[in-house]
Formats: sequence, C-alpha cells, structure tokens
Amino acid sequence: MEGLIGYGVFFLTMAGIYAVLTLGLNLQWGFTGQFNIGVAGFFAVGAYTSAIVTAPDSAAHLGGFGLPFPIGVAAAAVMSGLAAVAVGWGTMRLRTDYLAIATIGIAEIIRHVLKNEDWLTNGVRGIPGIPRPVETELGLLGVVIGFVILVYLLIERARKSPWGRVLRAIRENENAVMASGKDVADFRLQAFVVGSAIMGLGGALYAHFTAFISPEAFDPLYGTFLIWVMLIAGGSGNNKGALLGTLVIWIVWSGSEILTSRLPVEYVTQAGALRVLLIGVILQVILLYRPEGLLPEERPRLGRPGDG
Amino acid sequence: MIVIDNVSKHFSGIRAVDGCSFEIARGRITGLIGPNGAGKTTLFNIVAGFIRPDSGRVVLDGEEVTGQPPHRLFHKGLVRTFQIPQEFGRMTLLDNLMVVPPGQSGENLLSAWLRPVRVKAEERRVRERADEVIEFLQLGHVARELAGNLSGGQKKLLELGRTMMTDARVVLLDEPGAGVNRTLLGKLCESIRRLNTERGYTFCIIEHDMDVIARLCDPVVVMAQGRVLTQGSMDHVRANEEVLEAYFGGGATARREEAR
Repeated sequence: MEGLIGYGVFFLTMAGIYAVLTLGLNLQWGFTGQFNIGVAGFFAVGAYTSAIVTAPDSAAHLGGFGLPFPIGVAAAAVMSGLAAVAVGWGTMRLRTDYLAIATIGIAEIIRHVLKNEDWLTNGVRGIPGIPRPVETELGLLGVVIGFVILVYLLIERARKSPWGRVLRAIRENENAVMASGKDVADFRLQAFVVGSAIMGLGGALYAHFTAFISPEAFDPLYGTFLIWVMLIAGGSGNNKGALLGTLVIWIVWSGSEILTSRLPVEYVTQAGALRVLLIGVILQVILLYRPEGLLPEERPRLGRPGDG
Repeated sequence: MIVIDNVSKHFSGIRAVDGCSFEIARGRITGLIGPNGAGKTTLFNIVAGFIRPDSGRVVLDGEEVTGQPPHRLFHKGLVRTFQIPQEFGRMTLLDNLMVVPPGQSGENLLSAWLRPVRVKAEERRVRERADEVIEFLQLGHVARELAGNLSGGQKKLLELGRTMMTDARVVLLDEPGAGVNRTLLGKLCESIRRLNTERGYTFCIIEHDMDVIARLCDPVVVMAQGRVLTQGSMDHVRANEEVLEAYFGGGATARREEAR
C-alpha cells in the first residue's frame, strides 16, 4: 500500500513537471503557431541552470553556489528565456517548418554541449546532489502543483488578453496582423521567449525533483516528442486540454513502463521501443479521428450579437 | 496625401510595376482601374509596405516612407484591405475586429498580467467599437461566428470593417466589391462615401465594377502593363481609346470603327 502511494506521488510529480513544459509549448504552438521541436533544449538549459546555481560546491562542474531553490528556479527561467532570445533573434522571421528545423538543430547542439563541456556540466556523468526545496516527497509534489497552478493562471490570463488575441491572429494570418499595425516579429519573439522561459522553469523543477541530472534526460524522445504528443492529444490552444493531455499520455507512458518492466530482462530493451511505438500509434489515431485533441480550442458560443 | 513617384518592381523578369507615378489626393476617392495583370495590386503592396520596390519613392504626407513595414505605416494612418480576404479563420468576427485598434495596453504581456482591471475597461471600449462596426456592416447575426465560416461577401465586409476599427487617414481598398451582392454593394459604396465626407478618409480603390468606380471615384487612374495609361474624370477615361485598347486588346478601336 505504501509503495502504491509512493508511486502515485512520483507519478503525479512527474506529470506536474510535464504539465509545465506542455503549457509552455502551448503558448508557442497552440497560440502562436510556432513549430518549436527543440523543447528539450530549453528544458535542459533550465534544469542545468538551477542545478549549477543551487548544488553544493564541486570540482567536477561549474557551480557550488549553493543558492536557495527560488533563486535557482528564477535563474532557470531567465536563462532559458535568454537562450530563446538568442535563438529567436536569428529565427523569428522563419515560417513554421523552417523554425522547426532550426530549433531541432539548436536543441541537439545544447545537448552536445552539456555532454562535452565537462568543466560546465561534468559531461555525461551529470550533476548529483541537487538540493530539494522540501524534505518529503509529498511536499515536493505540493511545490510542483503550486507551480502548475501559477503557470496555468498566468498563461490563461495571457490567452484571454489582447496579447493572446494578437498571438492567435498571428497563427491564423500574419499578413492581416501586419495590416492591423502590429509588429509581428516582436510578438513572435515575445511568445517564443515566454514559452521557453516556462520550459526552463519545468527543467528546474525536474532537476530538483530527481536531484541528479545528466544529458540523457534531455533526449529528444523524452524532452520533446512526449511533450508534443501530450499537447496534441489534449488539444492545442486549450490550456485545460494541455493539462489533460499531459495526464493521459503520462498514464500511457508510465503505465506501459510498469508492464514492460515485468518482462524478462532480455526483452525489456526491446519492449522499450514498443512503448515509443505505442505513443506513436496513439498520436496517429488522434490525428486521424480527433485532430483537435480531447479538448479543442474553445469554440465561441453561437448566439445573438451582444450577448456574453 | 500619397505621392507615388516612378515606382518599379520586377518579379524575375516580369515587370509588374514599371515606372509608375501618380498622386492620391487628400480627401478624394481615387479609383485605380486596369486590366488583369496591370500591376494594381502589386502597387498597393508596395505603397502599404508589403513589398519593397526596386526603385522609385512613396511619399506619405510629405514624408518618404518607401519600404517601411506595414505596421509602421498603419500607425501613420495608412490602412489597406486585401483582394483575397485575409481573415483570422479560427477566431470570431468580433475578435477579428478587436485585434485592430492601436494602443491597447493589454497587448503588453505585463499589463495583461498585472493590470487586469484597466485592460478589462479598455476591452469594453474596443468591444463597443467593434459592435458599432458590425452593426454598420449589418453582420450582427454572424458576430460570434468563426471568420473562416463566413461567406465570401461577408469576408469582404470584414476587410472593410477592419479599416473602421482605427482612425485611418488614407485607406487602400483592393476590390472591395468583388463577391458582394448588389444590395450590399450599394450599402458598401454609401459607407465609403460617408467615411470620406464625414470622417475625412482619403480612399484609393481598385475595382473592376465600373458602376462602383463611376459612382464613387474622381479622379480615376488607369494602369496597364505596370504604368499609368491615363488619369482624369471617369468621362475622360471612358473616352480614351488607349484604355479600350488596354482592356480589349489590339485593334479594339479599329473593330469598333468597322462595326459602325
């Protein structure tokens, strides 16, 4: 029984971390139509930033600042945001598919830097001993849920504001937004930076939860692909959909891990590949039968003018 | 108001606009006509900042604005509509219009987060203005419909509606009448005239419907093959044989003579 509760807490904490990442991606793709397939890069920058800022002194990597958790989280969001400014500077004029190619390349560059710049990150051996903000697992879950709620409320308010309206308009038709007097490149950069900063925040939560990070964790499969499936399954453009999609896909992903881990050792690796296949099949089914996701972007009520 | 001075634009060998010069006079409704491919829309794109010309100048109110981006020209009072409607398909008609007004403080993310009361009050005003425009265009029954689901004619009205959501000084309309039914077209002309006389908008209108041009426009500029063929009153333009040649091809005047 205790084991089950423990697993439940672990499960929900990870789902919460993924929810933050998915909400960040929703701001970029769901609202603005930015095809960022480099989520893992911003996720990693956030995780490593918070780890370096808060971990105890070590000869193995940069850092030893031992600063408190809130500073680590803030630094993570700022660093990921700055990384997005740097990336966005060169790529914001690119349309969707070109941006996709650029971001996937940048995420891979970031991963290779993490792997090879030992002085900074201790390379493939990773950074251990990242402090936790609270002692208990349950307390940590509380912290993560707190951040999910905060991010959700901020993004939801942004979505309903004139700012969010301009972003959705950019997604629909850039020319008309230009003709409406808005600086499209500026708004695109803002959405990209804020979304990436939120991904960095998710990275920080991940680092403090696992207490150990290595470049492996920011593989495109875990760091980008899963998050995309979560958003598409839940419903791009809808923040509640992003949360629901995260939960559903995380249930499938970790549930299938429980099943495959019971197989004989020689099959476990092969079964791991099948789990990826399973997620891929789910994605295909959703795209075919429910392309707008479980909770589509809110449709306006069809009603008389002047109501609401 | 706007001086177009010897503007040229080539697209890989095609001379879309070829040394075009004319003036859009303040307070007037200038018609821009010409056969398909004459370069009218390309010229609009250049004036509105969507395309940079290869050579030539565009002067707005005495200030050279050649090659400035559309959003900057918008804030100088220059607004355009599109020949093919450019609506925000998955947004309501109401939201389509509410995007337009300049200076909304809620377009700043920090204000949107930290000053919700102020943003909400502004939204109410923007909403009221959008409601007025929608009523003016008689689109009340589809105000909350997604713009992508509107009919072709309704989308044209949405294009015109956008220009009414800001205090424009000069409006470039690219075929506002195409696909709009006759009754509505009459109303459209009336509203263009009202915006012109009551609010002092300057217009330049590309249109193939000669009734619309004759009713509204003075002067009329005729373009053909990227150049200005002639300009003047509608009667003057009608009487010009070169215009007939341009519209109906070589020998049109000769054939007309024969037919007599």
